[in-house]
Amino acid sequence: MRLAPFRILLGLFCLLVAVWLVMPTLVIIPMSFNEKKSLAFPPSGFSWQWYENFFTNPDWLTSFFNSLRVAGLVAVAATLIGTLAALGLSRMKHSGAGLLRAILITPMIVPGVVLAIGIYAVYLDYHLVGTTTGFVIAHTMLAIPFVIIAVSASLEVFDVRLETAAASLGADRFTAFRTVTLPLIAPGILSGLLFAFVTSFDEIIIALFITSPYLKTLPVQIFTSITRDADPTVTAVGTIIFIATTLVISAGLIISSKSTRG
Amino acid sequence: MSQTSHTLAAGGDNPRPAGGVQGPQRRLRLAAYPSLLAMPALLLLIAAMGYPLLTVTLRSFSDPAWGMQNYVWFFSTPVNVTVLWRTFSIAAWVTIVCVIAAYPYAYLMTAVGPRMRLVLILCVLVPFWVSGVVRTLAWVILLQDSGIINSLIRLLGFDSVKLIRTQTGVVIGMAQVLLPFMILPLYSVMRGIDLRLVQAARSLGARPSLAFLQIYLPLSLPGVFAGAIIVFILSLGFYITPALLGGPRSTMLSTLVQSQVLSLLNWGRGGAMGVVLLVATFMLLALAAPLMRQRHKQASRS
Repeated sequence: MRLAPFRILLGLFCLLVAVWLVMPTLVIIPMSFNEKKSLAFPPSGFSWQWYENFFTNPDWLTSFFNSLRVAGLVAVAATLIGTLAALGLSRMKHSGAGLLRAILITPMIVPGVVLAIGIYAVYLDYHLVGTTTGFVIAHTMLAIPFVIIAVSASLEVFDVRLETAAASLGADRFTAFRTVTLPLIAPGILSGLLFAFVTSFDEIIIALFITSPYLKTLPVQIFTSITRDADPTVTAVGTIIFIATTLVISAGLIISSKSTRG
Repeated sequence: MSQTSHTLAAGGDNPRPAGGVQGPQRRLRLAAYPSLLAMPALLLLIAAMGYPLLTVTLRSFSDPAWGMQNYVWFFSTPVNVTVLWRTFSIAAWVTIVCVIAAYPYAYLMTAVGPRMRLVLILCVLVPFWVSGVVRTLAWVILLQDSGIINSLIRLLGFDSVKLIRTQTGVVIGMAQVLLPFMILPLYSVMRGIDLRLVQAARSLGARPSLAFLQIYLPLSLPGVFAGAIIVFILSLGFYITPALLGGPRSTMLSTLVQSQVLSLLNWGRGGAMGVVLLVATFMLLALAAPLMRQRHKQASRS
């Protein structure tokens, strides 16, 4: 009972932290229905004009589809390469595995701008600036660590003896992998796929360097429209992304809860 | 891939003729060299990260002429040294703010029921649901002179505070982005702490504050270290948040690198700054590695 004031204080403090965490996401939504072309809060009036602008302005739509295309390709490539790497790492017995894993994860900690100027320099030489190939290569490299981490996590709880059991029942290695290992680590692969998609879809620093007037991704379009003129269309885009993510995550939760129950 | 393993099979200590290597035998070889599976990832890493970083490093020594002049320039120009110092001090502030905010939050996550815990975890994850650039715009809306925070401050009867284009604003925005990286490792360590140890201390007569300081805090420190290192290192390389929330007096190193390369086309100087940032990052990691290993040992012991 003596601890009650401490408990209340703790609760209040954490409420503040939670508000701090969530507020930037939530403030975007009312702003997107603003009637005036301003970023002053609270917004005044109600209108769909910024959504209309997003769906009719070719600048916004093209960059959105560019991002979808790049992120889709990156998700597939990074998931394939990353899953292979995670499988290899989990089967390595000697101490090299730890070092190799550390090396493969470095893209997560190398400062973005340093990586960006390096990639920009190389891409200028190889004419990859402003190309889908260029974007996909750079983003796949950034996304692979996330796939490796996600797949490794599910491989860690995977019982290798299940594969041995399948082999003892006459399955060859590939069949054992396809019918036993793969379904069991599928959740890890799926979350790796999602992480890879989001990494690419959201990547801005390298994109700002290797972009060209012919190939802009959505974050680049958002950044330039924020810095050039405070265009409230950005808030509409943010709201759309927020709703889309919420739908995807809810769907994922429902599917995973069904599959664990079944 | 299969080509490589085939060559290996043929060249290695293969008792059987390498001729019709098909099915089981080829796979057996692949199974003997599992590191081959990581080769595509490693090759891509070398091409898309190693080679570019090497190019940056080379240019920092060779552009416009061979030598150390870019580094001499960097460390002898007061503006650069100021920005370098500021980059570290902003990173330190962000780390401190994150530790202070995350510690009670992570503790509460371990102390509440499953339903409340889900709500708390959702609050940590929601920031990831909108694009990072959009989130920075949200901070512009919140921090601007006519923004929500200043309206609240005025409502409470205080003078409005200049937040946008100041270092304080940058720290608030960056800490919010990085807070999840502090909360999650802390939570995973705190979840493993046996609360009966604290009860034991209490039953032996320790006051709650003493039990916390002598039992709980030391046991949770590995989580604090792990989170703090991640937050500090990620802060050093921040670019978008300082660029949008900060003013000329809160420029960080990344912005200088960008302007050297894109605006001034000075690859040598920009490269030298990049290398300084890179070296600082890896030196910190090297210093932190023993602490991280400690954490692993402790985790495996429990």
